[in-house]
Amino acid sequence: MQQVAIVLLNALTLAALYFVVASGLTLIFGLMRIVNMAHGSLFLLGGYVGFSISDSSGSWVLGLLGGAIAAGAVGLALYQLLLARFQNQMLRQTLVSIGCAIVMADLMLAFWGAETYQIEPPALLDRVVRLPVAGGYSTLRLYVLAFAVIVGGLLWLLLNRTRLGMMIRAGVDDLQTLRALGVRVRLVFPVTAFLAGALAGLAGVVFGTALSISPGEGMHFLLTSLVVVIAGGMGSIPGAALGAILVGLAEQFGVFYLPTYSVMLTFGLMAAVLAFRPEGLFGVKA
Amino acid sequence: MKPPRAWIGAIAGGAALLVIPLVANSFWLDQIVTQALCLSLVAGSLSFLIRFGGQVSLAQVAIVGAASYALAYLGPNSSGLGPHWSLAAAIPAALLAAVLVATLIGMLAARTRGIYCLMITLAIGVTFFYLARQNYSIFGGFRGIAGIRRPEIAGLSLAGSVPFYALCATVAVLAYGAIRQLGRTPLGVALTALATNPDRVEAAGYDIRYLRILAFALSGVMAGSAGILLAWFHGRISPGAVDVSSIIQILVIAVLGGMGSLPGALLGAVLYLLLENFAIDLIGAERFNSLIGGVFLVVMVASPDGLLGLSKRSALLRNALPLGPAGKSPSSDRSPSQPGAAATASSANQGSEIAG
Repeated sequence: MQQVAIVLLNALTLAALYFVVASGLTLIFGLMRIVNMAHGSLFLLGGYVGFSISDSSGSWVLGLLGGAIAAGAVGLALYQLLLARFQNQMLRQTLVSIGCAIVMADLMLAFWGAETYQIEPPALLDRVVRLPVAGGYSTLRLYVLAFAVIVGGLLWLLLNRTRLGMMIRAGVDDLQTLRALGVRVRLVFPVTAFLAGALAGLAGVVFGTALSISPGEGMHFLLTSLVVVIAGGMGSIPGAALGAILVGLAEQFGVFYLPTYSVMLTFGLMAAVLAFRPEGLFGVKA
Repeated sequence: MKPPRAWIGAIAGGAALLVIPLVANSFWLDQIVTQALCLSLVAGSLSFLIRFGGQVSLAQVAIVGAASYALAYLGPNSSGLGPHWSLAAAIPAALLAAVLVATLIGMLAARTRGIYCLMITLAIGVTFFYLARQNYSIFGGFRGIAGIRRPEIAGLSLAGSVPFYALCATVAVLAYGAIRQLGRTPLGVALTALATNPDRVEAAGYDIRYLRILAFALSGVMAGSAGILLAWFHGRISPGAVDVSSIIQILVIAVLGGMGSLPGALLGAVLYLLLENFAIDLIGAERFNSLIGGVFLVVMVASPDGLLGLSKRSALLRNALPLGPAGKSPSSDRSPSQPGAAATASSANQGSEIAG
């Protein structure tokens, strides 16, 4: 029972991170119809920059902000310089961003090397708490969970309760009408691109703090985010949350009870969802 | 009626294939030409899927892997795995395995289009890699299966460079010819139409799911042949041959030359291998990925249908024609409509049509 509780908690904290990364992807991909396969590289960049800043300044918060801003800025640059030119050419965007991902991964390898980095957590957050059933558990991981809930809530509010969110949604439905109404569309999409990159970067720093960051993680998080977004349904924040929880559970229980084939479980889950709902759990019927 | 240009191309290509073994030394023949032929079969099976059926699949490498692993496991190997059948039995079994895996992938991907298809097949490809790496009883785990012997055909051993090159060239020519023929059959026409306008094909009374699965199965024959040849080329198969970088490699090759075109696949494969072998002189061996990624990026930004398309369209580009935005595809009710977009006949539209 104690074991099940610990695995469950681990699954949820992992799901929290998957959700934050995938929410950035679902935002840019589902709402703007922009496919950014370099999203995993932005996650990795955020983690690296976060490590370098917090390591040299000694401040974790600075690292978190720096990582998020760096990933957001690169995400914005990718969008402005490359992806925006191919609006509505999904395949081309995908290929261009895969090219960017290849180059970025290689440059990061050149700069940060192949080591594994662990970002020093703030002492305030790094304790062990006694929980019922599970016993001792790291508070750091519980904060990760809280972090994801806050990010998800803010995102939902942004999209459904603010002018900017309204513009984003309207811009997707009918860009020309929105333009004709005098909304400055040219500002809305770059802001969204920055936000999506920053979300990936934030998650990168948090992941590097709670676990550790190394070159393979970019691909790992890109693939997981894709599975989460596909299973949850494109462009849906609640869908991303549900997808992330399902993937987190499948992965962690898989690692524990079926160590050899745990990766297959994650995929089997996606296949099962798609067999019944090709558009994902929360996806709009295409 | 074939246009005379196609004849000239076919004759020139055939002559080149015959002359190459006479002039190339063993490094060029093995590492560049033969390997390029094998890789172009893999990339060509992706191009085939794009042209006939309009699906961009990243799981072709998994199909190749299925054939290689089946051949290695069922046939003679030095890793002490499998029943050690004779090659005469293992070769058809390997092809069958490839077609079965391709059909399964087709079933999963048939309900999806464009970018969704791409992501699902990417996930399938990566899963296959993990399966191959984690399973020791069949796939040989991390080390894979070694000691795959090349066969003898009519007393001639394929161990030498030239006979093996001849085999690869023959398979490539056969595949190319078969695809040309398919394009002329009613089935081929239906599949081509599926790539450009699936809704209309459905309206004409075809079952598009069945057609798509069929396209996957057919591409599986081609990818499976490549899998057998590649297994013989390397003499072994390991998870590294089906990992993410291999998946990306095939995509890069298919796109560099020109998506959806078989000569383009060969051009892309040659270019890729040249870059890989001579990157040391250009940029240093360490940063090969930056180089290939950069080349890929430049080609993609300049021309969505690769180098072949670039040569065809350079005149158009000079006139600064906008590369057509996608037509509004009925399958996505949320994409902004573009007036007159569907009328742009440039091949730049092909990519976006697929990704609708």
